[in-house]
Amino acid sequence: MKYVTEFRDKEVAEGVILEINKVVAEIKKNPRIKLPIRLMEICGGQTHSILQYGIHSALPKEVEFVHGPGCPVCVTPIETINLALELAKQPNVIFTSFGDMLRVPGSDENMFEAKAKGADIRWVYAPSEAVEIAKQNPDKEVVFFAIGFETTTWPITEALCIAERDSVKNFSILPTMVRVPPALEVILSDPECIIDGILAAGHVCTIMGTEEYEPLVEKYNVPIVVTGFQPIDILTGVLLALLQIEEGRSDVENAYGWVANSAGSTVAKSLINKFFKIVDRKWRGIGLIPNSGFGLRDEYLKYDAEIKWKNIHARKEPEPNKYCGLVLTGKIKPTECPFYKKECSQEHPIGALMVSSEGACAAYFLYNKDTGESK
Amino acid sequence: MGYKDTDVVTMAHGSGGESMQRLIGEMYANAFPKLQKDTDAACLPNIGEMAFTTDSFVVDPIFFPGGDIGSLAVHGTVNDIAMMGARPKFMSVAFIIEEGFPLKDLNTIVHSMADAAKKSNIQIVTGDTKVVGRGQGNGIYINTSAVGNLMIHDCNQPQYVDVGDKIIVSGDIGRHGMAIMSVRNGLELDPPILSDSAPLNAMVLSILNDDVYPSCMRDATRGGVAAVLNEIARTAQVHIRIEEEKVPVDENVRGLAEILGLDPLHIANEGRFVLFVKAEDALRTVKILQTFEGGEKAAIIGEVAGKNKNGLVTAKTLLGSEKPIHMPAGEILPRIC
Repeated sequence: MKYVTEFRDKEVAEGVILEINKVVAEIKKNPRIKLPIRLMEICGGQTHSILQYGIHSALPKEVEFVHGPGCPVCVTPIETINLALELAKQPNVIFTSFGDMLRVPGSDENMFEAKAKGADIRWVYAPSEAVEIAKQNPDKEVVFFAIGFETTTWPITEALCIAERDSVKNFSILPTMVRVPPALEVILSDPECIIDGILAAGHVCTIMGTEEYEPLVEKYNVPIVVTGFQPIDILTGVLLALLQIEEGRSDVENAYGWVANSAGSTVAKSLINKFFKIVDRKWRGIGLIPNSGFGLRDEYLKYDAEIKWKNIHARKEPEPNKYCGLVLTGKIKPTECPFYKKECSQEHPIGALMVSSEGACAAYFLYNKDTGESK
Repeated sequence: MGYKDTDVVTMAHGSGGESMQRLIGEMYANAFPKLQKDTDAACLPNIGEMAFTTDSFVVDPIFFPGGDIGSLAVHGTVNDIAMMGARPKFMSVAFIIEEGFPLKDLNTIVHSMADAAKKSNIQIVTGDTKVVGRGQGNGIYINTSAVGNLMIHDCNQPQYVDVGDKIIVSGDIGRHGMAIMSVRNGLELDPPILSDSAPLNAMVLSILNDDVYPSCMRDATRGGVAAVLNEIARTAQVHIRIEEEKVPVDENVRGLAEILGLDPLHIANEGRFVLFVKAEDALRTVKILQTFEGGEKAAIIGEVAGKNKNGLVTAKTLLGSEKPIHMPAGEILPRIC
């Protein structure tokens, strides 16, 4: 399959692993460099590839992956899920969401359970489908659960463009979109940060460009390599990060050049800028991060479900456990959580990280054999 | 038959009166020549030791590329009989139809069932129709039950699966689930992915006739091949090891699954089965399956690697490590990005 098979070619992968081993051999000779080398892959899609293809076990033992917070389902706090459930249960509301979100537990129930009890909840593949549902149901209010990173933010603007063009008044979004760089800054500025290099999320950079990361590299002196999602993309990202570490450099480099570039998509960025402004946003397990989200600009607040239903408030509850946050920030591995594979499983998830197809816990659950251990 | 577009099923069609008699007399009897329409039950000849099964069909959409709820209702039940090592003989059909359902569509479904029954070599001998009020059903639901005469014993029970058995899939996998999902979500593909919905009894008969006696065979419907392998691994307490690159998947199915973030092993099939056979029979079995329509891509995908108390299914990854293949959990959800 074009654009897939060639990035999973076994021989090429083995060639890159050979190069990685050579660089690690050089690194080991350098007493200045502390071992093991810890690389954080930002995106949950990358975490899944790493475990699915056994990339972690193919690398020399001196290289470890630390799993980052790049899973929008995982970082959405429980109070936002409670709010979404409240909106979904309003009479006359059709609540639409990406499928992943429906199994994430709120304080009392998840969306599937609310649906079974009578709420009209539908899953969509693209935000624009929600606008179509609104057009087909002019007597109903259609709300879209707008979660996602920068990558997903721009398709949300597409939905808003259609709503604006066609004067769809019964459509709104519950905006919870988040931005990668501020979260990365929280992780890197932590005095206990143990990360030696970052594999940045290629899809986010496809939209926003790689240049967003330049200030972080300068400030925290850590290599950032923009990396894709297929095995060979990831191995290439690892190789470039290790080369920087060996050479004592900290640069933004692009190992996903066949898709992402330094400026990103000017069209997508201008649409995001048209509808959204940068706002503070609360993250599960991390708390409020300044400037880490997108919210609707004042002139588009008519599309904001929180404004439309301003009398509805979410139950503010503490997170059900602290471990999701520790996994999200790379401080512990999923296997170090006391609930992992015990109370928390794919069938009965406690935390969002076990639900999402980008969650680190789901990746371990799905792809780690026997011991459940990852290096 | 000439049903007009405006003709719809009404409550009268399920009430036992004249409308229902006409429906049975004209539409059903015409499509199902062996229907014993004038009696309360069908009388069957003694066919010896039997397998008996029932299944209900609620598929949405009712019409999909490669089939419809009618053909699916016949194939699904025929295949459950076939997986028992039995020859499907007689079938019952019960319709639950929502008021307002177009008679034209019902006629299409009934004739699609007739074609499927003919292809499956099974006789539809008795049936029932109920009509529910508008809004109380999703167009049409169908239940089918069937009996077949057993040709061999114990080919559907995991406990006879043994270390060294080879695992075969009878054709390329994932078509039905992807066909349904592409229609349900308006992902129009050109050419469309066609459902694999088909009867499997001729394939089974053919391998039995060639003296291949599977340790176990199961059709890989909901939950896909992964669910079948896990069920068998758990019950037989074995470690099943497959090689992903040997699992036959059509390029278009693989592409759509890739886009939606789904694993073809988890996707439903309606005309594919998994067989465990002795190593010495494996190649011969594959060759027989490959002579059938739908079996062209039949392949050995792995083997029973050893004993395992909890049951384990694994696949070799690209880089040589092994990953577990799980039972799909809950509803299969597409990923976000």
